[in-house]
Parts: sequence; structure tokens; C-alpha cells
Amino acid sequence: MNLKLKIWRQKDATDTGKIVDYNISDVSSDMSFLEMLDVLNTQLIEKGDDPVSFDHDCREGICGSCSLQINGQPHGPDGGTTTCQLHMRKFKDQQTIVIEPFRAKAFPIIKDLIIDRSAFDRIQQAGGYVSVNTSGNTQDANTTPINKVDADHAFDAAACIGCAACVAACKNSSAMLFVSAKVSQYALLPQGQIERQQRVQDMVAQMDEEGFGACTNTGACEAECPKGISLTNIARMNREYIGANLKS
Amino acid sequence: MKIGANFPAATPEGPLEKKWTSYKDKIDLVNPANKRLLDIIVVGTGLAGGSAAATLSELGYNVKAFCFQDSPRRAHSIAAQGGINASKNYMGDGDSNYRLFYDTVKGGDYRAREENVYRLAEVSGNIIDQCVAQGVPFARDYGGLLDNRSFGGVLVSRTFYAKGQTGQQLLLGAYSAMNRQIARGKIKMYNRHEMMDLVIVDGKARGIIAKNLITGELERHSAHAVVIASGGYGNVFYLSTNAMGSNVSAAWKIHKKGAWFANPCFTQIHPTCIPVSGDHQSKLTLMSESLRNDGRIWVPAKEADAKAIREGKLKPTAIIEQDRDYFLERRYPAFGNLVPRDVASRAAKERCDAGFGVNATGEAVYLDFASAIERYGREKALITHHDPNDRELILKLGREVIANKYGNLFQMYEKIVDQNPYETPMMIYPAVHYTMGGVWVDYDLMTTVPGCYAIGEANFSEHGANRLGASALMQGLADGYFVLPYTIGNYLANDIRTGPISTETPEFEQAEKEVKEQLERFINNKGSKSVDYFHKRLGKVMWNNVGMSRNAAGLKEAIKEIQTIREEFYKDVKVPGDVVGFNEELAKAGRVADFLELGELFAKDALEREESCGGHFREEHQTPEGEAKRNKEFQYVAAWEYKGTPSEANLHKEMLAYKYIEVKERSYK
Amino acid sequence: MSLSALFLISFLLLHVAINFLSVISKDMYNEASHFMGYNPIIQFVMQPILISGVIFHFVLGFVLEFQNKSARPVPYVMKNSAANSSWISRNMLYSGLVILAFLGVHFYDFWIHEINYKYLTDQVPNEARYFSELVEKFKDPLRVGFYVLSFVLLMLHLLHGFQSAFQSLGVNNKFSPIIKKAAMTFSYVVPLAFIFIALYHHFTHY
Repeated sequence: MNLKLKIWRQKDATDTGKIVDYNISDVSSDMSFLEMLDVLNTQLIEKGDDPVSFDHDCREGICGSCSLQINGQPHGPDGGTTTCQLHMRKFKDQQTIVIEPFRAKAFPIIKDLIIDRSAFDRIQQAGGYVSVNTSGNTQDANTTPINKVDADHAFDAAACIGCAACVAACKNSSAMLFVSAKVSQYALLPQGQIERQQRVQDMVAQMDEEGFGACTNTGACEAECPKGISLTNIARMNREYIGANLKS
Repeated sequence: MKIGANFPAATPEGPLEKKWTSYKDKIDLVNPANKRLLDIIVVGTGLAGGSAAATLSELGYNVKAFCFQDSPRRAHSIAAQGGINASKNYMGDGDSNYRLFYDTVKGGDYRAREENVYRLAEVSGNIIDQCVAQGVPFARDYGGLLDNRSFGGVLVSRTFYAKGQTGQQLLLGAYSAMNRQIARGKIKMYNRHEMMDLVIVDGKARGIIAKNLITGELERHSAHAVVIASGGYGNVFYLSTNAMGSNVSAAWKIHKKGAWFANPCFTQIHPTCIPVSGDHQSKLTLMSESLRNDGRIWVPAKEADAKAIREGKLKPTAIIEQDRDYFLERRYPAFGNLVPRDVASRAAKERCDAGFGVNATGEAVYLDFASAIERYGREKALITHHDPNDRELILKLGREVIANKYGNLFQMYEKIVDQNPYETPMMIYPAVHYTMGGVWVDYDLMTTVPGCYAIGEANFSEHGANRLGASALMQGLADGYFVLPYTIGNYLANDIRTGPISTETPEFEQAEKEVKEQLERFINNKGSKSVDYFHKRLGKVMWNNVGMSRNAAGLKEAIKEIQTIREEFYKDVKVPGDVVGFNEELAKAGRVADFLELGELFAKDALEREESCGGHFREEHQTPEGEAKRNKEFQYVAAWEYKGTPSEANLHKEMLAYKYIEVKERSYK
Repeated sequence: MSLSALFLISFLLLHVAINFLSVISKDMYNEASHFMGYNPIIQFVMQPILISGVIFHFVLGFVLEFQNKSARPVPYVMKNSAANSSWISRNMLYSGLVILAFLGVHFYDFWIHEINYKYLTDQVPNEARYFSELVEKFKDPLRVGFYVLSFVLLMLHLLHGFQSAFQSLGVNNKFSPIIKKAAMTFSYVVPLAFIFIALYHHFTHY
């Protein structure tokens, strides 16, 4: 198939950036979306042009590196996938595809389609952990039984890959789904109880400081999340936050 | 201490089960106030590097951690699916430290160091305790206790898991432990930084040259010790289940500075991966080994049928039972489709090489669930009092049973291949998955460069010639959480009076200059081919001649071809852009340059090892039935010392004595 | 936002109840209106609270909208928001603005009139005037049309806003599906009742 690509090109953080048009031919429908971009880049390199920079690593949908806004949707039109698991058979011959970086004030662009998501790291550093020493001198793993339902819900929340599709999809660039997933994981497990109140307060404060917008419950984050993280996590975080503020 | 002085490894005195304890009792310690005066660099933030950085900083050392990804959480440990082994014996099925030790040594085809493996088994249980305390959501049973499952090659259930995302959950656990220390300022995290070289001062590792991948600037970082946790080198094959960025460069740079490289030819090839669909392919995806419980592997018995399938003229479902060759069941009646990974992989390759491969490239075999669907369907029909002769109903019920067991894998397959595996057999082919070889380390996990350590997949240690499933995660975390934090203290105890290491020395100057020169050389090289072009060529040679089965002629040819590709690479590679600024092609060029050297050493090691064992199969060394034949003479670790070029590398042998385990043959007939 | 929303929703319920009396009985409506108009607690305590609730809700709405907009200074070149969220959930500001415009008219019609009648021109209390004043307002079809449109938008506003308020307050338990259904029902019934009252008077009296 032949495609027309409109790709956001931006030299560095200070550049204003613009959409540049490319034509690409002989795209196989078995290619993944990123393999299609590999082909484009090989062509650009051999012509002496600068290849398009984009983040990618594991290419099996788990590392959370890939972060492309494709035709107005994070990770493109296929549901429940990351960009690397999106295949070209989801597109039609002669189709125009607009490729942009995930956009938010908290995610400055590094180059082309690559963004700086270190805001997510800083939110985790504000409290996304259990303060236990890694000496191994802890109790036996089976000392505290955990209700299977809670353990499974904690896992579902912990399945977040930190790709930021939630922020990209949200009209407010809100990071609530991401933050609430981490808050939920620890709120559901006995290991997370000791720092429960402090954790949610610190993580929310850091989230606000990073410049993410507020949640207005449009549900776009849940719809675009490649790992199906649920909105119930946001409700849980709201509850945790209100409760923590009332108690302290 | 001089480079290589700790070779061969000395191990602690005393009985096997007391060695680690007596080691810990006798080593030198650094007092807490002095730890604050000592800096440690950790390169790589996967399970090994992440856990090491967290623990070392918690002990009080100043840690600088480096990863090339945009966050430590994205290291490729995240992609591990199955689980993590630990000898907890929660199931009460007879597991013990000794049994885990025994299984690991035997599974590695007797090419691992006994003392290291026993220590691994000893600390394995503690890993689970630690991870649970950190809030890792392992699978649990309805009583609220931890669940276990069974993995290949063992007789007990000792694998802890978190659905099919165990690696992710463990890595996020280590990442959270790191975050706690980053917030306290004890770890200084350098994301999007790549280690470019090791700096040695007075015979000791004292720092690294790192490149900031955003700005392109070179930075000097000093420390009292350097830890390499940069993972394996499977990407030397270009196509593998590794991440796109996984590379050998950190390990290779220290090798060129004096760290010996052990058993590079020991590579694990996993039999059930989604086959290559065309030249555009950038990466291979694993389909869990568990599928072989219910899937039957076959190819057409007639070459003409295989040809017709490749040309799209025939559908596999149209081939009648008599015209199918269930080659694993034919060759290994006792184990059938459940033979170990290396055996299954080689058998599939043999059929495809003989012209019976089934997809367009001719490199795939079928993994067929039709008979399992029918069997489960009939069983279900009988249980639910339906007509067991109603074919439609049986298929429907059978598909439901299969969907319950493997639904997510089937869905993933359908997304990638665009075929419905409930209706037509899956196509699979072996792919490079893990490298058992790596930087040689002693019992302390120190390389032959004093003060330079290697942990996790980057070192050669515990898996011998073949790794068992669910053992990689165990080793990475054992090294990082529980082994290195002790052993590194033993070394650093002599450094408490050293004071801060200056980066304004001729050694740093020289290392930075060399790195800069290579980067400029790439940029100024006005060639015509992209980096990937050479990487793909290297991968083809590696796969064809140094892949699943190897012979002397092919290996010699590979060595020559790799040398040629390397020459052409330096002459004709084209790297766009500039040394400054973000330039992924430039980063890739450096990595491929190292793969082009490692590939040659890899082939040389395979040529030198005149035996078949584990993942290394030499066609000259097989039984009349075509099985691997070990050679007692080669019961050693091959540690290679760099001497200017890979072809001149010098071999050092660490002989392996088995005092606690009897060396036996493996048979699956 | 969610607390003021729930407060305003409770007021809506009271308002629709009293208005509905006008359909049932003229006298009951007059009586209730008179009570509301002259009871000092309602006039000097409840009414200021209500007005500040309205002002708080829309001022905060504007501030939030502004902050949320600034969280993405460079907009997407191509948007396809319909693929992942409903139109109304993304456009609460616009439905809110129409409702605000309606409130302006409503204030002009009733509240300014009342203030004028009671306090500025100091006319004598007349218990029988309310019904006829109400009916008079529904004479002009244009006005009725605007009234209906405003309540359609209120319906949309409520359809997202009511259940959203519970999510923001962290309510998510086994009652959530019931709450959601009740909120949906309320969001349809209350605006439809207002519309019915308007149309009823328009068509029965003119």
C-alpha cells in the first residue's frame, strides 16, 4: 500500500516545529506501525535527510516507550494496543496519516516525536513506593495473607506501563489515571497502609506541580489506555485524597 | 591488584551450604560514616542494576545510575513474562535449596560454577519476601497465600508469578525502591545517558565516560567502583526477542579495557516465537512455552505440499493426517512436543532447512491446537450431557476451553499475524532469547578489572550452557539485592581513605578523547548505507552460521564474513546529523560497531568449543541419533582476554570441578 | 466543583417541585410562591447561599477550564476526541454558558421583578399574583423556545455532571451502578418536567 504521512518535525525543545509531508510506498500490511517508520527513516538516511526521531524499545507492548498520537488518537485507531503493536492492516491504501507527539505542558518535546516524560518519574519519587529496606531482613512472604480480590485489583492497577496515553487523550492533559493507578496499588495492599495518607497527598501535590490539568471525568484516558486501567482507580484516589486531607 | 589477578575464581572454604555465610562473616566491612565517602556507578537499571542501585544507596554509598531509556522503568527486564523461581517449598512438594541448585546446574548442562549457583538458590527465597514487602502484587490463591506454578525442566512447582507480567511487576518493585533513594538524593539518576567507555586509573576501575543522548555532550563520571548491569547481547543476531536498544556496548567496552569475556557462544534460542514475516521485520515476539502443553508441532510430510503452502495454493487444514509429519513426536516419543527448548528449536530448523517450512519465507512450522480443541470439546460435551458426536458443538466447546487457558496469547498472535489460531494452526519458529555467556566474574561478581563488577544477564555466571525458565529474574535480583551489596563492600573497605576521584586526570582525558574521535569518525564518514543495513547483514551471518547448529566450516566462514562486514561498515556507513543534539543513528552506530566485534569472538568461541552442550550445538559432535554430545575435556569456562582484535583474543580456561553433583547425560527419547 | 454541583442539583429538585404545583393547582402554587417570597429565612439566608453557590460553580468552572486549557499550550494538529469520549463530557463549559445565559434572563424575569416589587417599589404583598405572572411569561413562543433549549442543555449538563460529581468525590462501591442510574433518571426527568410546565402553560393559556 501507499500512504501519505504528515509528521510533526521539531529540531529541539526551542524550535517551534511544523508538520512535514512524506509519501511512502510499498508498505506491507504485515508491518507494525514502527516498522513502517523504520522504512521511511532508511529512505531518509540514504537520501541524506535527517530521520524522524521517535521513542521505542521493547516493541512488544510492555516497556511503554512508544508515544505517538496517530490521526488524533494516542497509539492510533486500534483499541487496547501500544503504537508498536499497531499494524498497518488497520489503515487503507492511499490513506493520509497524521503523526504527532503526545502533547502536554508537562511533557516538553525533545525532538520530533520524542517527549520528556520525567514528570512521571518525579511523581513516583514523591511517594510511589513502600519505605522498606532492601536488606531482605523482612518477614516471610506468606506471613500476611492478602485477599485474592484485593491482590488482583492491585495487580490490575500495577499493570500500567507509564506510556502517558492517558495524558495525551485527556482534553485537560490530566495525569489522574496514571497517578491513581499507583496510589490504588498500594492502597489495596497491606504493605502500603503505613504511608497511605502521606503518599496520596505527596503524589497529588507533585502531579499538580508538574502542570497537569484537572480531571473532568470525560473517560478518554480509560478508553485509550493500552492496558485497560480502570476509572475506578481515579475514584479511589479521590476518596483517598479527600480522606487524607480530612484526617491531617 | 592487577588486571586478571582474580582469575580463576577462588571460592570460600567449608561445606557448600555454609560457604556464603562464612564468606559474609569474614569479609571486610565499611562503616556507615565511611560509606558516605564512597561513590559507585551502576550502568543499567533493569532487575540487576535497579536492585543494586537501590540497595547500595540504602546502605549509604553515593550511587550514580545510568540508563539509555527515558526512565529506569523501561529496561528490558520489564518484558519477562513467566515468573521467578524460588526454593520456598510453599507447595510442600519436596523443593529445597539443594534441589534448585541441582536443577540449575543440570539444566545448564554442567557448565556453571557450583558455588555461585548454590548461593543463588540460597538467597532465592529472600527475593520473594523482599518483593512482597515492596508491594509487588504476585498471584495469590483464594486463601490469600502466594500461588506457584510449574516450569519446564523441573519436578516441583517453585515459580512465583504475576499473570504474564512478572518481569514488569518485579522491575517496578526495584524501580520504586530506586525512587525512594532518588527522592532522598542518595541515587543520582541519569536517564537517556549511554556509557561510552570505562576509565581505569592505576589498574582500578574509577569511572566512565557517558554520553547525554539528548544534548550529545560527553560527560566524565568518577567513582570508587563501577557496576555493569547492561543485560545480554542477543541483538548481535539483529532479530531477537530483546528490545531494540538492548546492546553489548557497556560489556564490550570493559572487555576491551581488560575484563575477560566468558562463553560468548552460549545463547538460548526459544522455539516458540512468531516467525519473521518479511525483510522489514525489526523484532521477534515470544509465544509462551506453555502452549506446547496442548499444541502439536508439525510440517507437511510431502515437500510438494510444503511448497504449495508457501505459494499460498494450499491451506494447512486441507492436509490429511497421514500427510503430516509430527516430527517431535516422531523423534522423541517419550517427551514428544515437550522436549527442552534447545532440542525443539533444532528439530524445527532441521525440517525447515530440508525444505518443509510453511510460511512465505519457508521458516516456520505449525503449532496445531485442532486435536486439543476436539479432545477438550468432546470431554466438555460429555460432562455437560451434550451429544459428543455433534461436531459443531464440540468445536465450540473446545475453543472455549482453549480460550480460557491461552486467550491472551491467541489474541496477541492474531494481532500480529492476522490469522485466527482457533481455526488454522499457529506458525512458529525459534528465535534468539537470552545469552548465558557474558563478562567473566569471580565469586564476588568482580570482573578481571579490579573494582569493575558485572551483574545480571551481563555476566556469564549461573546458567552454564542453558538457562531454565524463570531463572533469569531470580539471578538479576539475587545479584543486585543480596550478593553485590556484600561483595562490593569487601573491595571498597580498602578505599575509605582514597577520597573523591578527580575527573581532571590524563586517564579521563584520554578516554574522552577516544570516544569523541569515534563519534566524529562516524559523522564524517560519508558512506552510503544506514547502520541497520550492516546490522541486518551481521544478523544473517550469525543466524545462518552461528545459530542453532554450528559446524567448523560455517564458523570459519562466519569469522571471515564478519570481518568483511566490519571493514565495509567503517568504510561505507552513513550516519546523518551531528555529534551534538539527539541522534539515535549515531548511538546505533556505536552499538553495531561493538556487535561487529563481539560477533567474531562469538564465532571464535563456538569454533573452539569442540563439543555440543546446552544452547551450543556442533554438528560434528552429536550422537548417531542427532543428539548433543558433551565432551569432558571442555568442562571449563572459556574466558577470553582482549588483545587488540577479536581474532587475537587469548583464551583462559577456568576448569569446573563438580564436587556436589554427579555429571550425567541428558536424554529425551 | 462537585460539591457545589450537588448543592445546585438539590435546589433544582425543590424548584421543579414548586413549579409543578402550577400545573396541579393555581392556589397551591400561589401559596408556595408566597411562602418562598416572604419567609425571612429563605429570603435572607437561603437565597444568598444559593446565589453564591451559583457564582462559585460557574467561576470555578471558568478557572478550571482556563487551567486545563493551559496544561496543553500547543494543540494537536488533528483531533479525534469523539473516538474516546462523549461530546457533552468535553463541552460542559458550553452547555454551562447557555445555562448561565438562561439564568440571566431568568433573573431579569423573576428575581429582578421580585426585588423591584417587594423592596424597591414597596408594593403590598399580594398572595394571588404569582400564577398569573408565571403564565404571562410563557406567552411569547420565542421565550418558550429559549426556555426549552436551555433545559435541553441542562439535561446534557446534568447527564455528565451528576454522575461525574460522585466520581470526583470518590464514590465507587457496590451502590455505584444504582447511583449512576438514579443520576441518569434525574437528569432526564427534571429538565423534562421544566419543559413540560412551560409548554403546558403556553398551550393551555394561549
